[in-house]
Amino acid sequence: MALFQISEPGQTPAPHERRYAVGIDLGTTNSLVACVRSGVAETLPDGQGRHLLPSVVRYRAKDVPVVGHDAIAVAHEDPLNTIASVKRLMGRGIEDVRKLGQSLPYEFSHGDSAMPRIRTVAGDQSPVAVSAEILKALKTRATQSLGMELSDAVITVPAYFDDAQRQATKDAARLAGLNVLRLLSEPTAAAVAYGLDKNPRGIYAIYDLGGGTFDISLLRLNRGVFEVMATAGDSALGGDDMDHAIAEWIMREAGIRDNADHRQMRRLLRDARATKEMLTGAERATLRIQRDNDGIWEGVLTRAHLNTLIDPLIDRTLPPCKRVLRDAGIRVNEVDGVVLVGGATRMPRVREQVSRFFGREPLADIDPDKVVAIGAALQADILIGNKRDEEMLLLDVIPLSLGLEIMGGMVEKIIPRNTTIPAAKAQDFTTFKDGQTALLIHVVQGERELVSDCRSLARFELRGIPPMVAGAARIRVSFQIDADGLLGVSAKELTTGVESSVVVKPSYGLTDNEIEHMLRDSITHAREDEEARQLRERQVDAERLIEAVQRALAADGALLDAKERAEIDRHLDGLIAAREAKDAARIKQAIKALDSATQTFAARRMDANIRRALTGHKLEEFSTSGDKPTP
Amino acid sequence: MHPAPGKNHFELFGLPATFDVDTDELAVRYRELQRRVHPDKFANASDQDRRLSLQMTALVNEGFHTLKDPVRRGRYLLSLRGIDIGDETDTTMDPAFLLEQMELREELEEVRQAVNPHKQLAELASRIEQRLQDKIGYFRRAFADDTPDGTGKARNAVREMQFLEKMRREIDNLEEELI
Repeated sequence: MALFQISEPGQTPAPHERRYAVGIDLGTTNSLVACVRSGVAETLPDGQGRHLLPSVVRYRAKDVPVVGHDAIAVAHEDPLNTIASVKRLMGRGIEDVRKLGQSLPYEFSHGDSAMPRIRTVAGDQSPVAVSAEILKALKTRATQSLGMELSDAVITVPAYFDDAQRQATKDAARLAGLNVLRLLSEPTAAAVAYGLDKNPRGIYAIYDLGGGTFDISLLRLNRGVFEVMATAGDSALGGDDMDHAIAEWIMREAGIRDNADHRQMRRLLRDARATKEMLTGAERATLRIQRDNDGIWEGVLTRAHLNTLIDPLIDRTLPPCKRVLRDAGIRVNEVDGVVLVGGATRMPRVREQVSRFFGREPLADIDPDKVVAIGAALQADILIGNKRDEEMLLLDVIPLSLGLEIMGGMVEKIIPRNTTIPAAKAQDFTTFKDGQTALLIHVVQGERELVSDCRSLARFELRGIPPMVAGAARIRVSFQIDADGLLGVSAKELTTGVESSVVVKPSYGLTDNEIEHMLRDSITHAREDEEARQLRERQVDAERLIEAVQRALAADGALLDAKERAEIDRHLDGLIAAREAKDAARIKQAIKALDSATQTFAARRMDANIRRALTGHKLEEFSTSGDKPTP
Repeated sequence: MHPAPGKNHFELFGLPATFDVDTDELAVRYRELQRRVHPDKFANASDQDRRLSLQMTALVNEGFHTLKDPVRRGRYLLSLRGIDIGDETDTTMDPAFLLEQMELREELEEVRQAVNPHKQLAELASRIEQRLQDKIGYFRRAFADDTPDGTGKARNAVREMQFLEKMRREIDNLEEELI
């Protein structure tokens, strides 16, 4: 006799249907992966129970790279092949690296691309590739922990990351075989982890001092909606700088010369960090430093003296704090709470200064190292569809203004900083010479008026403008920023319709070809058949689309008449059949066919959504076209 | 296919196309719309749905921020009457207003040398704010008079408001420099 399965109301009926998606905090010093299991978000440990994965990759000749603790263990013996703090290089150009040069103990190759590559025994490595190794290690950890394949992830980025840095992060995920559900800003993730949406309303400051980046964001919470009001920060300031300050103090005290070699620097930084961590609990720390050739130096660092070393660094976090308050148009006493994020906020001096600035004790009951990953996991769980009725909504902003170069090397801002995303904006420009047939479009990001003071994101050309007198052409440049904060730009000459568009591939990033190439290489390593890979990817795509359309039909099938419904069903069946037939080309075609067959349906559903949103409000100007809004 | 074809911002939010917008109500409707159209609600959906959601959310954001701000709202209302500010050949302005602007600008320059620049800047900012409020009141009356004359006055008011806003931004920038 068959047994009936009974599930309690509200419980997930079929456990095997539950999908997993992870949240990843890709940090400068440490990275973490977290997942919601049995309704609880928790970070996943490695086989030895360690949650933090040091963001360190060691490359080896003719062997796979080593990531994490094992890499760090030998970092001081093999400094040139052991890469740490690579997040600081993401989306950066050679010039930026030169500025950071002194604090980075490895060698760069000067290739022809604008992107810096680090010279290792396993060849030159881009920052994107190094980050991908860290993500792969986290993906493997999650797969082992959960006992199943998984690829969907929410990855966090500092709110202050510009377009190039975000794009580099997304590229790294792609290289690691992860599907990015969303790039989520770290402060928003922290607010989600604290469940601040359970409070009816309030304004919160998220003070995030990590290994290499500082972020301050103001969030407004109102019945489950998280709105980033303003954000500021410094993408090259963090705990690492404190380690350097301490190491420099040791060098002065111990009489170690500035030209200490890489190996000695590594050891010094390790000792500096240990001292810093010790002084979180203790008032004084004793140091024993191995000098290269002449014995051991012993010294004492008190917390009071440590404070004088790091105060200048903490002080640098205060102007951005003032700036967000100003940008948001509020006073410091209107802030209802302060959340601390990032390992460096464990330092008593940081807490002291933050409390003093905001005039209140900060929240710190979730481990500041884990809080971001936990928030990302909660968001991933919602995005994957496990909590369909979740009311939480995260509204993010772009941290830096986007603009175009105009005459005289000046910037015309198109989208100002702190604009809520997604956003779209168009602006018209004209030619300045008689008979001009092409226009160079140079996209920049930053707040300054001169192009040379802003960050160059991309250049492209609109050609084929018919010769006209200066000022007669009308060129509309459209910017579109998606929910990940990534930019697309297109340009169109309005009198002739000549069009040109680019997905902004930042000057310092990898090209699509390079990524494709690297993907293929990594697959050769895994000895996987290229065709099999393609088929599997297509099948996953097909699966996603079939599920999505079935869900849409179940929810909104009433918006279709019988004929329209039959047409969609026919293409849906076509895709299901193609998937069964295991033919990659056929699946691709069937996906395309189903996608275009659902176009009208999708638009109608969106309209219905809008009507539902306004149901219950006075509908003054609203014309309903027959369809009754469903309550 | 474009969702909500031909809807202007007011129609999108189901609000009457007038200058006096209930901004609390606007905010409530904004949140409701976002809950329905935001890309986070479509992370799992087809490409088609995701594209539409992206477009729609950008439109909702643009509409919200346009209707929320009185100067942008005024400019937008005029565009619905077919007047596109910034795309006109006739850019003459009231000479008295321009003179006043020049004086305010000189004052802003002098702030840098002031003994107490913060105090002086705050004082200047509050005067600009007062003038802006006056212009907003003027716009409201002029725009309500739906005649060529009223519309013309409303257009001038928006232009002047934009001047004052620019001034306000410059004060902000200087304030930031002084932090």
